[in-house]
Amino acid sequence: MKPFLRKEIPAALSELPDATAYEAGYLVTKNAGWRNVRPVIELDKCTGCLQCYLHCPDGVIFKDKGKVAVDYDFCKGCGICKKICKYAAIRMEAEK
Amino acid sequence: MGLSARTLNEEEFFYGHKACAGCGGSLAVRIALKVLGERSVAVLPAGCMSAVGFNFPQLCFGNNAIISTFAGTASMLTGVEAGLRAQGIDNFHAVGFAGDGGTADIGIQALSGAIDRNDDIIYICYDNEAYMNTGIQKSSLTPFGAKTTTTPAGSNIRGNLRPKKNMFEIVAAHGIPYAATASIGYLNDFMRKVEKASKIKGTKYIHILAPCPTGWGTATDETVEIAKEVVECGLWYLAEYENGGFTLNYRPKEFTDVAAYLKKQSRFKHLTEEDIQTVRYSRDAKWEAIYRNFKII
Amino acid sequence: MGKCFLSGNEAFAYGICLARPQVISAYPITPQTIVVEKLSELVEDGSLKAEFIHVESEHSALSCAIGASAVGARTFTATSSQGLLYMAECLTYASGGRFPIVMMNANRSTALPWNIYGDQRDSLSQLDCGWIQAYAENAQESLDLALMSYYVAEHREVSAPFMANLDGFVLTHTYEVVEVPAKEQADSFLPPFVTENKMDFGHPRNLAFSAGPEHNTAFKYKEHIGLLNAKKVIAEAEEKFARIFGRQYTGLIESYRTEDADYILITLGSIAGLVKEKVDKLRAEGKRVGLIRLRYIRPFPNEELAGALKNAKAIAVLEKDVSFGNEGTVFTNVNSALHKAGISIASSNYIGGLGGKNISEADIEKIFEELKEEKTTIQFLGLGGAEKWVYPQGL
Repeated sequence: MKPFLRKEIPAALSELPDATAYEAGYLVTKNAGWRNVRPVIELDKCTGCLQCYLHCPDGVIFKDKGKVAVDYDFCKGCGICKKICKYAAIRMEAEK
Repeated sequence: MGLSARTLNEEEFFYGHKACAGCGGSLAVRIALKVLGERSVAVLPAGCMSAVGFNFPQLCFGNNAIISTFAGTASMLTGVEAGLRAQGIDNFHAVGFAGDGGTADIGIQALSGAIDRNDDIIYICYDNEAYMNTGIQKSSLTPFGAKTTTTPAGSNIRGNLRPKKNMFEIVAAHGIPYAATASIGYLNDFMRKVEKASKIKGTKYIHILAPCPTGWGTATDETVEIAKEVVECGLWYLAEYENGGFTLNYRPKEFTDVAAYLKKQSRFKHLTEEDIQTVRYSRDAKWEAIYRNFKII
Repeated sequence: MGKCFLSGNEAFAYGICLARPQVISAYPITPQTIVVEKLSELVEDGSLKAEFIHVESEHSALSCAIGASAVGARTFTATSSQGLLYMAECLTYASGGRFPIVMMNANRSTALPWNIYGDQRDSLSQLDCGWIQAYAENAQESLDLALMSYYVAEHREVSAPFMANLDGFVLTHTYEVVEVPAKEQADSFLPPFVTENKMDFGHPRNLAFSAGPEHNTAFKYKEHIGLLNAKKVIAEAEEKFARIFGRQYTGLIESYRTEDADYILITLGSIAGLVKEKVDKLRAEGKRVGLIRLRYIRPFPNEELAGALKNAKAIAVLEKDVSFGNEGTVFTNVNSALHKAGISIASSNYIGGLGGKNISEADIEKIFEELKEEKTTIQFLGLGGAEKWVYPQGL
């Protein structure tokens, strides 16, 4: 199962587990704020070779209609995807 | 047909973690779990991957996962495997992900014990060549010459003076059913090895070189490239050990320049030409041994 | 099996066998070895269906048990002395993770100087690590504790690891007649281990995580409450145990002839047997003396002690331990119970039996004799009268 963002953030004593055990893949914060630059997929150049998807340390690039798309909630903007792309289909844009 | 980007499980199991941007270790963990799938129980000792993945209530493993003590990756894997088997549960992978310090220093005793018992576990060492989680201190897998916060490069001592321990061959010397080296620069090779390991009974060990931009002093987008280059220049190699023999999986046609590889990283910036020559000599000696002792594909 | 002639180690092993642990991981250390050797035999001959893991250290013994417990298996390990200290990191790991692992500790002195004989400095040095700590007096109690330990540890409201302590050699290696219950009886006493604190393919979980300053106190508070809850669960377990096996235990403490006692000696472990004999002799001489044996020291019997000591004129704590630079750890704990209950009586501390030094009947007589002075002193037994330091006089 892919970890995903939850609405409920356990805080009160009664909401916390009794042991150090909790539902797997329970996310309460995003990583978007870490980013200075963002990868932008140029769909006309993307061949869907999936090397960016394969090499992303955060797994934020996913298959989308034969090409790829980015989950910007969790992308940290490392730029590995841009560098790995043989088709120059990814450009890094400064975050405003 | 081997696993590739196209055939790999699309599910993500390690997601939303707080690893540094461009982290090589997190890529190794992510890919291995995609190969092994949802019936993986991951054991991670204190270290980068546990520190970035298990901060309650932000829990970044989609599969069953647990932090072990720093020294206890292998022994906890043993317990997980035995505990499930004792309850009649099968069809799972007990997989450990420990760093270089957690493997070659503090965890080597437990790892050796697990291999000795031939426990049915997969142990993956993501080697970023120092204690990165605590702030880049030397481990026994820090290579010759590297500057770390405990092996500073000054006028008396130029960084770490000892070569990297050869964990792959130490593990092989146990007569382990399967061991391999890998690099995050060659993910198809790594995926094949993880898949192969998952089908072998007994203890499996995969040692994957996983550059750390923070500790190596490289740009965040260079992680994969530098992990390719370390293999191309001959300072790391892709190999397997099984049935009592070593096999080299990839032989660079001609080594690329060691100096170029080293000089890209701030941890090696201080090395003199003489130091670099020392690195070249030890590389060449290693490759002579590989040619002597390994089956070359 | 009925009545058998067993050592403390063997009796404990039979108790563990009856509890049907699924994973046993252990590393040998004198004087614990026989318990794991016996369990190996029981696994080998098919009496016990368990995975027996030959780990390469005590740290791995407990780390392995934690791994097995974290997937819902009932687990056992055993150690002693240096081994307990070597696994110390895993002690707080097991308790903080709320894993109900049972461990037998053969009480033994800790180096330096090297010494393989019994004292209780090993387990008492680990009092704060979040484990239930029980101390057996004899082989029968050892077996019974082994069986009850899982009932208490695995109870939902407790969820804590359980350390059962047996005095090295004096108890672990001494043979006594022990009643070994039938498997069916044991099964009717101890339910199978059921927990949600585990990794589960139906409900994947992340375990043993970090919790920062915001949540850490809450987790530690819950752990504390779990250990306190053990008090009522121990009572519940003993009641059920008595119904099935006909042997009634007495909770956190055992009071022996204390009802009208002016002078009470408090101790723990196998030495209580000798103290009981001495109490009987002194009682026969008309002296109003009694004994309290601490069966459990975590959770600590604060209220029970206060109740039992409220009419005493003076008490002494005899323990095989010293917290260097202060006093015996048990003494500190007992005094705290008295203070909280507003009981102001003289209390003295006798540190004896270190490194296996014999505590004699004469020593116990001396303690009861000195109690009549109703003063507070701290002193070592076993120095042959050569001691320079006696609290409060000092050096």
